[in-house]
Amino acid sequence: MLSTETIKNDFPMFKANPKLVYLDSTATSLKPQAVIDAEREYYEQYGVNVHRGVYALSVRATDAYEGAREKVRKFINAKSTKEIIFTRNATEAINLVANTFGKSIGRGDAILTTEMEHHSNIVPWLPPPTPSALRAAPPNQGGAELRWIRVTDNGELDLSNLGELLKGVKLVAITQMSNVLGMVNDVKMIAKKAHSVGAKILVDAAQSTPHMPVDVQDLDADFLVFSGHKMLAPTGIGALYAKQEILQDLPPFLRGGDMILEVTKEGAQWNELPWKFEAGTPNIAGTIGLGAAIDYLQKIGMDNVWQHEQELTRYGLEQLSQISGVKVLGAPTTPAATPPLQGGVTSPPPTADARPSLGKLGIGRAGGAGRGAIFAFTIDGVHPHDIGSILDEQGVAIRAGHHCAMILHRKFGLPATARASCYLYNSKKDIDQLVKGIIKIQGMFA
Amino acid sequence: MSLAMYQQNILDHYKYPRNFGPLLGAQHHAHVANPLCGDELDFFLKFDEQEKIAAVKFTGQGCTISIASASMLSEKIKGLSRAESEKLTKDDVLKLLGVEVNPARLRCATLSLEAVQQALGHH
Repeated sequence: MLSTETIKNDFPMFKANPKLVYLDSTATSLKPQAVIDAEREYYEQYGVNVHRGVYALSVRATDAYEGAREKVRKFINAKSTKEIIFTRNATEAINLVANTFGKSIGRGDAILTTEMEHHSNIVPWLPPPTPSALRAAPPNQGGAELRWIRVTDNGELDLSNLGELLKGVKLVAITQMSNVLGMVNDVKMIAKKAHSVGAKILVDAAQSTPHMPVDVQDLDADFLVFSGHKMLAPTGIGALYAKQEILQDLPPFLRGGDMILEVTKEGAQWNELPWKFEAGTPNIAGTIGLGAAIDYLQKIGMDNVWQHEQELTRYGLEQLSQISGVKVLGAPTTPAATPPLQGGVTSPPPTADARPSLGKLGIGRAGGAGRGAIFAFTIDGVHPHDIGSILDEQGVAIRAGHHCAMILHRKFGLPATARASCYLYNSKKDIDQLVKGIIKIQGMFA
Repeated sequence: MSLAMYQQNILDHYKYPRNFGPLLGAQHHAHVANPLCGDELDFFLKFDEQEKIAAVKFTGQGCTISIASASMLSEKIKGLSRAESEKLTKDDVLKLLGVEVNPARLRCATLSLEAVQQALGHH
């Protein structure tokens, strides 16, 4: 496992809140000093606008901004920086796709999604709520049918009828890791099937990029989105990856400065990729912060992060399953994976070429499953909000509610759950604190 | 302090809610829900000839605060006139609970009041 004591020293939040047991990284991660410093350094030393500036400070800002794009490219192994578009977050990236590529999907076509999606990957594809006249022809899809891959009681996707579901599908919109179940989907296999019927695939990687190696070429994703704030970066910065040949033909999403080459009274000529999709002054500091977050994660190594969290997943499931009256959503065990790394120190970072195969990491086995360290649970007789409030009193921060996944919760017949989630700074001790808290709650409500 | 919300009497009202169950022959009924946390309450009221609340029952599901406040409110309004029950405010409900409800949970505390007010408005 990673040395969390050392890692915690990098996060000022633990200095300000020494007793904090933070188990809500699925909502947002804490930020290391290096990320905060990178943002501050930009504002303090070269806080000027990017692109077009002829003076040295602007060149430095542009280099840092575009340098972060290169870091993102490498991080997800895209072919070109032209395929990396900065957005506010994963939600905005999906909306970008819905409002550009999505407009080519119309009546008679279908979009395939799953019952375990976050609202961000459902609502952009849904018809608007009212009025009924609009419902017949939603602007984003021109009346396309929305289909659902079922989730089994075990929290896995039911792919038994995938071939049938894919008929007439133009886009598969699917999460790589559920923000409630922690279940990892075999998006590589699903991409292959989608492509065989001529459909494109959009991968919501908001929960996977922070926790595991993600390789867009290996997955053969057409679109892949993620948010910086869940992977140690500041809030307000995220990215869309899309294959260059797709992006080239898409109309711009937002229009304005920076996304044009030439403007006349008659019209405008769009800028080159990726800037065609980045209208207005971007979140420069946030982007530089995202670059710093990637540096930090790569120094530790994404395979090491994943292995660390696999150990926490095993431990957490084992501990929680021993408490009677507590039910955890999703698969009760992790799929067979490589044994955890030995020793308490971090391994040397792998070289860029020595990217471990996903199979070795225990994701992408037959059936496509894997499981991350997210535990959505219930305690018999106790409402999740009460669980959250009482754990808070004991210094344990978890989330309570539907976690932007109402369809999934309704499916399980639950209005809400409590959710504890881990990241690289969490240790088994944090899970012990959670368990202690749960037992205290059960005592109060006995 | 959130633990201060979990006083013995509140836990007692949650575990053994008073006036819990449906009410046959109710003249007034309202259903309220907070989709954000999944809380749902149904309030049933019956008035007597003097236009006083003769019977009140509620059903539903929710957290400690919402169930306890519904239970306490149901006890409080029994015997009140229509005008008296219409005058009840958020502060009255908080007074019944007798604990400091943290801002994130305020809606849980007032859901039952919402139900009563809606029930009074629906004949």
